[in-house]
This record gives sequence, C-alpha cells and structure tokens, in this order.
Amino acid sequence: MFYREAGDFKTSYRDDNQTFPIRLDRAGYWIALFVAFCVIPFFVNDYWVNSIFAPFFIYAIAALGLNILTGYAGQVSLGTGGFMAVGAYACYKLMVAFPEINIVFHVLIAGGITAAVGVAFGLPSLRIKGFYLAVATLAAQFFLVWLFNKVAWFYNYSASGQINAPERTVFGVIVTGPNTEAWAKYMICLVFLVGVAWVARNLTRGMTGRKWMGIRDMDIAAEIIGVNPLMAKMSAFAVSSFFVGIAGALFFAVYLGAAEAGESFGITKSFLVLFMVIIGGLGSIFGSFAGAAFMVLMPVVLKNLLVGTMGWPTEIAAELEFIIVGGLIVIFLILEPHGLAQLWRLTKEKLRLWPFPH
Amino acid sequence: MTFKRVAAASVAALMVGSPVMADLVFPSLSYRTGPFAAGGIPYADGFADYMTLLNERDGGIGGVAVQVPECETAYNTEKGVECYESTKGMGALAYNPLSTGITYQLIPKATADDIPLYTPGYGRTSAANGNVFSHVFNFPANYWNGASAAINHVLDLNNGDLKGKKIVLLHFNGAYGKEPIPTLTKLGEKHGYDLTTIPIDYPGQEQKAQWLQIRREKPDYVLFWGWGVMNQVAIQEAANIRYPMDQFIGVWWSGAEHDVKPAGEKATGYKAMTFHGVGSDYPVFGDLQKYVVDAGKAAGDGSNVGTVIYNRGVYAAMMLAEAAKKAQEIHGVADITSAQMRDGLEQLEITNARMAELGMEGFGPEFKVSCANHGGPGAIAIQQWDGAAGKWSLISDFGASDMDVIQPLIDADSAAYAAENNIEPQCN
Repeated sequence: MFYREAGDFKTSYRDDNQTFPIRLDRAGYWIALFVAFCVIPFFVNDYWVNSIFAPFFIYAIAALGLNILTGYAGQVSLGTGGFMAVGAYACYKLMVAFPEINIVFHVLIAGGITAAVGVAFGLPSLRIKGFYLAVATLAAQFFLVWLFNKVAWFYNYSASGQINAPERTVFGVIVTGPNTEAWAKYMICLVFLVGVAWVARNLTRGMTGRKWMGIRDMDIAAEIIGVNPLMAKMSAFAVSSFFVGIAGALFFAVYLGAAEAGESFGITKSFLVLFMVIIGGLGSIFGSFAGAAFMVLMPVVLKNLLVGTMGWPTEIAAELEFIIVGGLIVIFLILEPHGLAQLWRLTKEKLRLWPFPH
Repeated sequence: MTFKRVAAASVAALMVGSPVMADLVFPSLSYRTGPFAAGGIPYADGFADYMTLLNERDGGIGGVAVQVPECETAYNTEKGVECYESTKGMGALAYNPLSTGITYQLIPKATADDIPLYTPGYGRTSAANGNVFSHVFNFPANYWNGASAAINHVLDLNNGDLKGKKIVLLHFNGAYGKEPIPTLTKLGEKHGYDLTTIPIDYPGQEQKAQWLQIRREKPDYVLFWGWGVMNQVAIQEAANIRYPMDQFIGVWWSGAEHDVKPAGEKATGYKAMTFHGVGSDYPVFGDLQKYVVDAGKAAGDGSNVGTVIYNRGVYAAMMLAEAAKKAQEIHGVADITSAQMRDGLEQLEITNARMAELGMEGFGPEFKVSCANHGGPGAIAIQQWDGAAGKWSLISDFGASDMDVIQPLIDADSAAYAAENNIEPQCN
C-alpha cells in the first residue's frame, strides 16, 4: 500500500538509476543515517560500543571488502584474516613512526598497503580459479600470520609479540587507546563504514563493477566482449584488500587496542568473514551488513538471553550458542541459499503487492 | 508477529544490564569451552569455590558477601573484551582473566577505568614494575622468574656449567608462550647455552613437526610453555619419541594432573615449575570439602579439589580476598570500591602466620607488595610427576631467580610501555 513505485515519477535517467528508487526506501535510508549519526552517539555507552557497534561496523567493512572479491568478482578468498593483519600491523607501524599525523590517514594508508599486498597475492588468480584459488589465498593467510609472528620488526621487538595501539586523536578527540570516549569510537567506525559502503555501492553499479560481474559470470565471454581480465581481477583484489585493510586497522587500533597475529587474525577470522558474506548474500551491499550483524549480534544476544536472563551456567550457554548459531546457518542456507539479502528482496517484493497480492 | 516478538525479546535481552549490587564483586572471566578448557575449568572452579567458602564459613569478607559472576571467554580476546565491558558495570573490584592475551587488552582499559588486574603467574611480565603499571599486579611470580628458575634448576643438575648445552624452548605461539624468550636469550648469553625456540600454533593438537625437530636436534633440555590440550599432546609426543622425561621441564601452566595422566606411566619424571604447594594436605581444602563441595555449592563437580590448577585458583582467590580485607582496613569501609581495592593490593602483606590462619601454611611464600614492586618474590620450586603414584611432589625448595638479569629486562620493557603511552611514574 505504502511501499510501491506507483506515483513516484522519474524524469531523468539519473533519478531512474538511483540506489533507492522507491520513496519509502529513500526515506528509510536517510532516517537510518540520521539516527546513526545524530541520535545514537548521544546514547551509547562502553558496553554497546565495544560489544556491539564497533565489532559490527568493522566486520561490516571487512565483509564489504570480501563481498567485492568473492560476491562481485567471483574470486574465492580465504585470506581475509591475513589481509586484516596486514592492515593492523601497517597501521601500528605508521602510528608509532609518525605520531603527529592524523590517525585517519594512517588507516587509509594501511588500507593502501594491504591493497598492494592483496594484489601481489591475487596474481595467481590469473591462472587458477575456484578451489585452487581458495587454496592459494589460504597460503597467503598462513604466510602473513607466520610473517608477523616471525619478524620482530613488525611488532617493534616487544617481549610478547603483541602490538598495542597508542593514544591518537582526530581533531583533538581521542579515538584510540583506553581513554577513548564511547561516542568517539562509535563515530570513527561509523564514518569509515559509511564511506566504504558508499564507495563500494558506486563502484559495483558502475563500469568497474560490471566488469567484475562479467568475469564472475563467465570469464571467457567477458574477455571476448572486451573486459581485460588482468585489470578486472587485479582491481577487484586491490579494492577488496583496501577495505579489508581498513577493517584490520580499525579492528586493532580502535576496537581491541592490542592484538597479536595468530590470535586475532587467524584462519577463524577468514572463515568468520566468509560466513558473513555467504549468510548475508553474495554480491550484495546490504548482505554484507546483514551478515555482519547476524554473526556479531547473534552470539551476544544468545549469551545475554541464556546467561543474563535465564541464569544458565556459562559453559552450557557457550556450547548452546555454537549449536544454535550453527543450526541457524544451516537452516538459512537451506531455506534461502542466496542469503539474508535475498530474503530482504523477497520481503520487499511481497510488500509492493501488499495488501492485494493478485 | 512472531518475528517481531523475537526481535523485541532479543532487544530486551540486550538491554538487561545487571543492577549495581552492594556485594564485593570479583568477575571470573573463565573459559570452560575450547581447547584450553582443561586448564580453565579447574581454575575457575577453585576461584569460585574459595569465594563461596568465604561466604559460607565467614559470611563474606569483612561481613560483606562476595559475588563471582562468570563470563565465558573461550580464551578469545574479543569475547574477553565483551565480558569485561559487560561485567565492569556490576561494580567489579578486580579482574583475573587467566589469559595473557586478554590481559594485554585489559591493561590500558582497566587502568583507565581504575579497576585493578590481578594476574598471578601470567600476563605481562614487566607489569611487576608498579611504577609504570599502577593497576596491574602479578605477584607472587612471573614468567621471567620461571624461565630463570628453570635455568637455575638445569644449572644445579650440571654443576653450574651450561657451556655448549642445547636448550629448546617449546612454546605456544602467542603472547603467553613468547614472554620467556627475552629472558632465556639473555641467560643464554650469560651461561653459554644454545637456545632454539620452537613455536606451537593455537590450539596445538598436532605437534608432530615440532617433535620431529626436537628428535633431530637432540637438545639436552626442553623447556615448555604450553596450555590446555597442547600440554597433553606434547607430553604424549615426548613419550613417543622416548625423550628423557626428567629433561623436559614445563612452566606452571604445563604441570597439572590432567596434562600428564593421558601419557600414563611414561610421563613419570616429567618436571614442572610451581610457585605454590602441591597436593591437598592443607586445612583449607578440608574446609572447601566440608562447606562447599559436600554442601553442594561447588562450581564444578568437586572432583578437582587439590589438583594443581584448582589449587592455583584457590590461591589467586585467597590473595584477592586478603587484598580486599586490607583495603577495608585502610579505608575503614566494608563496601570497598575498585580504587580502594587497588590500594589493598598494593599494600598487601602475606605472612606465614596469616597463611597458617587461612589453613594454607607453607602453601606459598611470605611477601609484601609495594608501590614499585608489584611482582612479589618470584620464588619457584620444581615439582616432578610420579606416574605410578599418580601425584606431583616437590623436588626442590622455593628458590629465588636471577634478578640481575630479569630486573633490567623488566625496567626496559616497562620503560618502553611508559614512553609509548606517556605514563608518569606513580611512586616517588
């Protein structure tokens, strides 16, 4: 009744191609942005930021990055954890070496360094595909973690191999280190997330994104119609790794404050982000958000429900979390193999017809 | 509709914070799941049971009941942070996360929140320098004391000469396992032994490659910094390659009953360091049995009472309880805050007379914490496993470690931390 395009007339191609063609969607988008920027920061406390918002935003950035590579360009990657480690360690080295420079630039440069590393490890994708590429990126994962454990220069020769984020500011507001205010931590993650999502959306609906999707759907056909596979695949690796690098830098500097390669950026991290992308929906911006939200929020909600509200023993709750989250993943994939994004799409289709389906 | 209801329920569940209570709250960031649960469970049980004992027998600490809310971390730093944030609002007095990785996360956070961290025998070694780490306490012993004590033991066995000996450090490839490397390297320069470090990646269920390397290099001694399932595997592998067990020395986290029992009698002779007594021949364990286990109030099934890691949980809980009592004395209030708890920890004094009163005579050393020294005496003994009898026994006295080597390392590492974080020395 309310949710439909009838009566919402477009008079230019520009209007017709906008991200949210339906008025209600557009309104929802602006309201969400308004609430995220102008309402929530005034109410968040340490618990909400550290347990929910910061991990959600940062994993959403990582999921966006992996979704560009796997969902849009069709290149399977199991190296996300390793690339996040590159972002984190690059950011650490930059923070320590150039303390006077704004942390935002450090994060962006860390992303750039990760992009370069990602391209280097993406080179084999020109010759191999599918499972074989997955194994090649798996090698990147193990190599990078090994490197950051082995070479003491990366962690400034600290006794335990841990890296610690010193205090840094943006426009005089502390955003890293223990004295960070909850809202500052929230805002820096949110600004990066919105920026990354905006870039990702515009890349994927433009020529670059169409090239990626061409390569994904049939690389030979794409090559015949003039897509350069070298450029398309390398650009996908570069953009994806750039985002993942930003996620890694924020993960270390803003969210955790201390990290070590094996524990924080191990293979489980790669799988976690891959699950987010698959559950959220391959090749969908919204799916990256939904997948990240699902994987971050579900355990926290379950824990609070089982231990906090129902007073169960912690270990039973922890084991049950695995069973429930795992079960939900299986159910989702059986009922909707295209992920939460497809579920959302179907809901919207239904809403357009509601309340008169036929 | 149902979806809405579920969503509402979840949001409600998220919003449920625990109310502020007028009890003494010591959150236990425990791990009863995951590959390190073998060590996490008895420790958490010991910690909770001792606090329950205080509530049941003495009516709490200074008349105020003690609460030990648990939060499962699975040894994962992200979950550790979540647990810290969700429990600190309850009025947490001190944290004891039993994970060096989580400790590294919490050091700056807890300092900013004015909540002390108590990390006995783990965590950041250089936190022994209270001048820099105002809110971190790792008495009575730390990893570098342990590394030095192991080398001292080896020196004793070799009449004080280690020139040309080969020593391997087999360690968990994480913050915890890497801690002893600087000390062992420095001691190697001093005593002239060759140090090789062999890392084991998390979780360490597969160690064939490491033990193949040990078999090839034939080291004179293997020092071992492992935890959880890694310990059982390593001891089993050592038995498989017939490595002489009495030349295999674990740190205190690699020396519990459950670590050696899977290898059966072949584990006989395996040595481990310890900073407290072994066995259950102390009156306190009788009380634990009577007031807690038999009363059905134990955190676990009660089968762990008197085992190495359980005892350590009890020991840690005892220190915190004593510090809380001290804090009550200093500030003259029963219901202390975390800042007052920090003062209690800093002025804590453990005497043999007090240990006897607590039913733990001879269980641990006498010492006094000060503003500058948060590390305690670092007295460490060696215990050895007897597979036939199924028990640990001490084979040495609690000896001091080589502070000439360790102190400069502590000073250098804490100075680096102070410089990175602009910390002014707190003691004058």
